[in-house]
Amino acid sequence: MIELYVLLVFMIIGAIIAIEMKDLLSAVIAVGAVGLGLSIVFLVLKAPDVAITQLVVEMLCLIILLRATLKKDLPFSTTGRWLLNTLITAGFIVVFLFVAIRAFKDLPEFGYPIMRVANIYLKEGLVKTGASNIVSSVILDFRAYDTLGETTVLFTAVIGVMAIVRRIGRKKKDEVVEEDDE
Amino acid sequence: MIIYLLCLMLFCCGLYCILRKRNIIKIILGIIIAEYAVNLFFILVAYRMEGRSPILSSEVEIVNMVDPLPQALVLTSIVIGLATTALLVALAMRIYEKYGTFDITKIKELKG
Repeated sequence: MIELYVLLVFMIIGAIIAIEMKDLLSAVIAVGAVGLGLSIVFLVLKAPDVAITQLVVEMLCLIILLRATLKKDLPFSTTGRWLLNTLITAGFIVVFLFVAIRAFKDLPEFGYPIMRVANIYLKEGLVKTGASNIVSSVILDFRAYDTLGETTVLFTAVIGVMAIVRRIGRKKKDEVVEEDDE
Repeated sequence: MIIYLLCLMLFCCGLYCILRKRNIIKIILGIIIAEYAVNLFFILVAYRMEGRSPILSSEVEIVNMVDPLPQALVLTSIVIGLATTALLVALAMRIYEKYGTFDITKIKELKG
């Protein structure tokens, strides 16, 4: 289990670098390192499907973020209400940690999950669905409506992106200034 | 227990970034980090000691499989995360086109 700790510490260091780096491009690359470390953690935790998905999604995410940050590395303000902002943030995180650590006491110990629902899937998955991969039988058969709902969310997000990005029907800049009633 | 705490620390990194930073891209990076931490937490809860991945084999009888249910839920959640990140980045790029900056303290006139 030692590799799990090493990878998690690597991810935390990568996250801190991504947060504190002044250069936006370097910050995006550091987040990419965190995501690829997460993919290896999924492999160590015996979740190969999730690891493959995370790998692909991480690459796409990095490309999208690079498109947004390339050649737009501007200086941004750090002055003004520094102390107040930091104090409020620290207070919020302390409250969150307090609640979360109390909640962790009720969780099952690491490595010994409660598998009341999953035992049925593991026993009857092959007979009922014919899929040897239990994860895909859960996604596409036992919980197919759940997947359908999530797909709806996905397509809604895609429609939103298309509505924001598309340029057809937009007026030119000087025309917008003249008739600013849209 | 320690491993849960490390996962929580990763989430707190993301939370700090969301609350404290003033650059829109940094805020998006914080959201991505927090999302990674939540996904990782689900897979950590699903892990079983000396477990095997939940794929059946015809030759060997596999005992001690890990919990497949959180893995199935996280699988869709990761893809949704990509879509929401794309939406956020598209909004950030539109804001950059309109105001010429990513700094949220300089984006003041919020007119339509």
